[in-house]
Amino acid sequence: MKKIFLSLGGLLLGTILTYGQATISPAKPQSGPIVITGATIHVGNGQVIDNGYIAFDKGKITAVGSGAAPAISGAKTIDATGKQIYPGFICPITTLGLIEIEEGAKGTVDDQETGDMNPNVRSLIAFNTDSKVIPTVRSNGILLAQPTPDGGTISGQSSVMMLDGWNWEDAVYKADIGVHLTWPAVAGGRRRGGGGGGIRGAAAVAGGETPAERAQKALDNLDSYFAQAKAYAEAKAPVKNLRFAAMAGLFNGTKKLFINVDGSKEILQAIAFAKKYGIQPVLVGGKEAYLVADVLKENNVPVILKETQALPPKDDDDVYLPYKMPKILQDDGVLYGLTGIGFWRQRNLPFEAGQAVGYGLTKEQAVSMITLNNAKILGIDKTTGSLETGKDANLFISNGDALDMISLDVTRAFIQGRDINLDNLHKQLYRKFSDKYGVKAD
Amino acid sequence: MKRTLLFCLALLLFHLAQAQETFPVNGAWDVRPGLYAFTNATIVVNADQTITNGTLLVKDRLIEAVGAGIAIPKGYITVDLKGKYIYPSLIDAYTTYGMPEAPRAQFGAGGAGGGGFGLRSTVMVSTKSGPYGWNEAIKPEMAAKAVFHVDATKAADLKKIGFGTVQSLIHDGIARGTSMVVVLGDERDNEVVLNDVAAAHYSFSKGTAATNYPSSLMGSIALLRQTYYDAAWYKNQKEEYNISLDEFNKTQSLPQIFEVTDPLNVMRASKIAKEFGKQYIFKTDGKEYQRLNEMKATGSSFIIPLTFPSAYDVEDPADARNITYEQMKEWELDPTNPATLEKAGVRFAITTYGLDNNTTFWANLQKAMDFGLTEKQALNALTTIPAEMLGVSDKVGTLTTGKLANFLITSADLFKKDNVIYENWVEGRKYVVGKMEVTDLRGAYNLTGAGLSNITLNLSGATPATVSLSAMHTGVDSTRTQGTFTRTGDGVSFYFDLKGNPTGNIRLAGTITSVSPVTMKGFATLPDGTSTPWVATYTGPAQAGGPGGFGGRGGNNANAAKTPTNVGPVIYPFVAYGNAEIPKVETALFKNATVWTNEKEGILKNTDVLIENGKIKAVGKNLSAPAGARIIDATGKHISPGIVDEHSHIAITGGVNEGTHSVTAEVRTADVINSEDINLYRQLAGGVTISHILHGSANPIGGQLQVIKHRWGLAPEELKMEGADGFIKFALGENVKGSNNFGINTNPRFPQTRMGVEQVYVDAFQRAKEYKAARAVKGSTVRRDLQLDALVEILDNKRFITCHSYVQSEINMLMHVADSMGFHINTFTHILEGYKVADKMKSRNIAGSTFSDWWAYKNEVAEAIPYNGKLMHEVGLVTGFNSDDEEMARRLNQEAGKSVTYGKMSEEEALKLVTLNPAKMLHIDNKVGSIKVGKDADIVLWSADPLSIYAICEKTYVDGVPYWELDKDAAKQKALKADEARLIQKMIEAKGSGATTQRAGFGGRRRPQYECETTEDEQADFVSGLGNSQGGSK
Repeated sequence: MKKIFLSLGGLLLGTILTYGQATISPAKPQSGPIVITGATIHVGNGQVIDNGYIAFDKGKITAVGSGAAPAISGAKTIDATGKQIYPGFICPITTLGLIEIEEGAKGTVDDQETGDMNPNVRSLIAFNTDSKVIPTVRSNGILLAQPTPDGGTISGQSSVMMLDGWNWEDAVYKADIGVHLTWPAVAGGRRRGGGGGGIRGAAAVAGGETPAERAQKALDNLDSYFAQAKAYAEAKAPVKNLRFAAMAGLFNGTKKLFINVDGSKEILQAIAFAKKYGIQPVLVGGKEAYLVADVLKENNVPVILKETQALPPKDDDDVYLPYKMPKILQDDGVLYGLTGIGFWRQRNLPFEAGQAVGYGLTKEQAVSMITLNNAKILGIDKTTGSLETGKDANLFISNGDALDMISLDVTRAFIQGRDINLDNLHKQLYRKFSDKYGVKAD
Repeated sequence: MKRTLLFCLALLLFHLAQAQETFPVNGAWDVRPGLYAFTNATIVVNADQTITNGTLLVKDRLIEAVGAGIAIPKGYITVDLKGKYIYPSLIDAYTTYGMPEAPRAQFGAGGAGGGGFGLRSTVMVSTKSGPYGWNEAIKPEMAAKAVFHVDATKAADLKKIGFGTVQSLIHDGIARGTSMVVVLGDERDNEVVLNDVAAAHYSFSKGTAATNYPSSLMGSIALLRQTYYDAAWYKNQKEEYNISLDEFNKTQSLPQIFEVTDPLNVMRASKIAKEFGKQYIFKTDGKEYQRLNEMKATGSSFIIPLTFPSAYDVEDPADARNITYEQMKEWELDPTNPATLEKAGVRFAITTYGLDNNTTFWANLQKAMDFGLTEKQALNALTTIPAEMLGVSDKVGTLTTGKLANFLITSADLFKKDNVIYENWVEGRKYVVGKMEVTDLRGAYNLTGAGLSNITLNLSGATPATVSLSAMHTGVDSTRTQGTFTRTGDGVSFYFDLKGNPTGNIRLAGTITSVSPVTMKGFATLPDGTSTPWVATYTGPAQAGGPGGFGGRGGNNANAAKTPTNVGPVIYPFVAYGNAEIPKVETALFKNATVWTNEKEGILKNTDVLIENGKIKAVGKNLSAPAGARIIDATGKHISPGIVDEHSHIAITGGVNEGTHSVTAEVRTADVINSEDINLYRQLAGGVTISHILHGSANPIGGQLQVIKHRWGLAPEELKMEGADGFIKFALGENVKGSNNFGINTNPRFPQTRMGVEQVYVDAFQRAKEYKAARAVKGSTVRRDLQLDALVEILDNKRFITCHSYVQSEINMLMHVADSMGFHINTFTHILEGYKVADKMKSRNIAGSTFSDWWAYKNEVAEAIPYNGKLMHEVGLVTGFNSDDEEMARRLNQEAGKSVTYGKMSEEEALKLVTLNPAKMLHIDNKVGSIKVGKDADIVLWSADPLSIYAICEKTYVDGVPYWELDKDAAKQKALKADEARLIQKMIEAKGSGATTQRAGFGGRRRPQYECETTEDEQADFVSGLGNSQGGSK
């Protein structure tokens, strides 16, 4: 541990001298109106404005339109002719800001609390605004994220954070929006024996329970837990219970229940469960949501897909099934959003969205998936997710199509109108070593 | 030689007969003559000879005479077998009968080089006392005869289904020592031994060995190969005494029996056989039909089980999703295996091994016969063939004079479905399976008696001993009901309730009063309590079927419908998306494409590409199509060379790491190529045509590597790219140090620091140099060492290094070790800090194969940057992007595109990162990597710019064969769904007709997904044929 600390310290010293992550300061509040002109504006709701302008002041969008921008006194103008403007991409369900180095540096890992039921723990507390990872994600246009606890059955609560700030307190966009639950699934675990892959012998586990019985028991426990939490929320209880108190918002509609669930059977159970308790559920993962899409639609249950750039769950599945999933849900009329995986890999979120385009989604639907759809699902669409008057000025300019790796090139980004520093550790090291070899750092 | 052998056998027989001689007796000696004459029987001497109305004379343990019209001497007990049959009793060529209960295999107990949880310790060498070999999995010194003990219960289980002789072996380890052949008599151990040393046994499974090595299938193969070399060397050396090697040599003249699982393992073992001039008999899991041609080509004999999977419970569609197509097809096709082998002319014996329950043996055998296994072959596979395999055909297997009196008395043809085995004689001793003299009561009876009019009793069942009752009231208001029938000797009782016709129970008690036709008489108690005499008279055969299944007891087969024998085709590979017909090489002309040549011509617009005979024939404008060519309009589309993945772990079986030692240069991924991996197909769907199959990164010097082409459907040997140079994996950093392993290793494997890593290399190459020098002087008297051979190849520039590497310090170190020891590093793979030492690599002409954008997954990648590829390229290194991941591999084109995102590399150069440049690193750029006349027709048709997120891979050709076509895949998916529906329907029907079922495993069959760091002890997985999925980082 000491060694790791020392080497990290050395790393910091080494880079501070020349450029240094430490010089990447959070942006100052917007000081005057800004107008961006001449751009192709991807609104986020499916519309595209050619040769468009967008004006914002005091962090809010004041005008969006096509053609010549209205004159705004004192406005700074940014000419974005031939460039693309997008709403800041929103990354739900991530460990960004909670983990700095995934393995071998446990001190930098803050995504999983011990214990099974932790509705009271809150991710924003651990959100590390000084992370070196965050600027590398931000510079690909991801401006908001939902750092999410995981592990256990109820992992804790998440908040939506802005990917720029001095500390978690000023980075928070919307605090404690929901509670995260992992649905008990019938899982056989690692199977042994049985040449055909059946579960002969593995059916009954220690204690004589089958996996199905075990899952049912877990469901019963969960049901009992929620019943108690609901009762607790309805009246002033004689004792204070931090866990139940943290769940109160679920029953009055101020918090959402994010449910990690993939199997079609489990999805149906989870939806019925949420209905029983009058809870707004959001499915996370939802690998088999497409099999029960009508139920999702009927109950207005949204799903946050995890990764399009994944392998199909089963050998027999369509080779491209994960690529096609957004299109399938789009056609089924289900509200769906998208996240990538982990923390540093979220810089690929634009490509994860673009991946679906070859397989039926339109480009603007793909943009919506990681902007307005995600905003709706997280309950922040009144203030962000699309480029419309009155909403926060969360947006970025790219030289080319932001969903494609051969054209993504973010040149400016604004969060609530603040002009974000797009430098990062990687660009710094690139410059440093380009300098060493005397090559041009494009 | 042969004569001596016969003499020895004669001695052995004498010994058997006189075994009692040396044992004291408590009381008077009780030696009986054992003279029997079995007359009037149909005697099946062997599969080719049947004697009708014959006589079998038995004298004590032996057959004295067999034939028609034999006079019966005085003093013989005569048994009239009119209408009955005599068969040689069956021989099971693969059992652990009489062996001590094997201790549970200690998978992972000692732990591998890394990964896994819990408290572990490194066990480098054998913990056994005595001058044995270093590895506990090599135990040729074990002899079944030394631990054998008669087990009357297990013997009875086997005798009930007709077996009289078995091979017994110790089922543990890679070299398992010698087996024996015994008969299933309930006698003293000394009296049942037919062949005390029958065969030498092998497997790829280390079993209970405590030594960590091997932890992988490739390690098992390497260990066995090295053992053959060591044993050869041992014969001519005087330096050490080694029981294991000594015994290994002594067992080489015996039959060599190798237990494997699937056909791929047969091929693997067969390669070893070829290398060492051996001929193995393979005991398998019975899936030979999946690769029949290759199985036949081994020229080997097989011992196959009848372990056919039960149907799955599939009524719930969500559960049905957990069953793979492969499992469904195996359910349908496994029972065809024996017939398929027979038709192919492959010699095989049948074993009960692996059956959950011996009582399913006959049902499964009959199922196999429904699919075409002939009676003749079935009998041979259970008598003469195993007898020959085990060197006991002079004693058992046929009913000929002088052989052991091991025979069965049956009611009918042994293979008929309602045959009953009455007696199983072992060495002239009777074992009763079912009483012979029992009258067969099966049939329909007319019941008469006061108050018993219009009632028919129906007795049906699989055998005379398993009879069940149904009673029927005939007439206008007919009813039918099941009842209870019991029988004791000739006494019978019936109990039934005709449900209101009349109301209440009717109870009958009585005896059999005549047998031809059967008549039973007695008294009845009627529902009103009155008693009356009754008579039941036989009227004809039992009525089969009907409500409630009148077929007798559960699991009966006599009345079960014949297995439907219309089955789907075998597909190659045997997984979803396999082909019944492997696609053929095409002459194809792509018209009007944008062609990314990777040659000096650059990217050509509106250009045609012609492929023929597996090669690129022409590139140019307005090419004309040869006769019969397929013409593909590629307007608006792009053609690129096939993608080459320099760092892949797909298509591997049984573990990607042999990380138990710090140097394992002797293991080879070439030995464990898995042609049945769905990822080959999925990656074709992403334009990948070539993968370099790497050993993992758990140790500084890992295994030897193999370049494969994604020829979907062909066998492992056919995937290997012809003429490709051999590479070897090296690794540096956290993985080899075991930094990120969970749990505590009380005695960790060296090295634990980067300081130690350097010394591993220096030491290994020092030894290699000394070995090379010694071999040069003393030749083959120096023990051949497969590990050092590989290192010498590196020194001789015949084997090339690709080295897993991250931080600059260790990269620098290895370059210096290479300089000082005189070898060259071909490629640094991963090389995420290559940008820091690119100049040093450049001066040594070392290539860099990196990731596009990976970082932050562990401490040694804290300064990995996505500009690494760009910087290495700018400095002038041959630079590529690899996957190390079966998901990322199928969109390496996009990963290449990221070099445009990060560093604005030109698109032309970007594509080379995943095509031409890795081909250069692998020394195959003379054949692939660019669109050039004469090169292999490994080409991909894209819907758009191949670097773009929007590009779809429409066609992928390997050697001119279209293994991936988007539209064909759509048709395949449809056919797959339809065939799954058919199989599910068939399973539901099977269940409906009483077949036993099993529940689906959760998540279907999951394959191991390997990355560099996957280091768990994989033995358990490949032994069971199942994999586990695990995540992990690079």
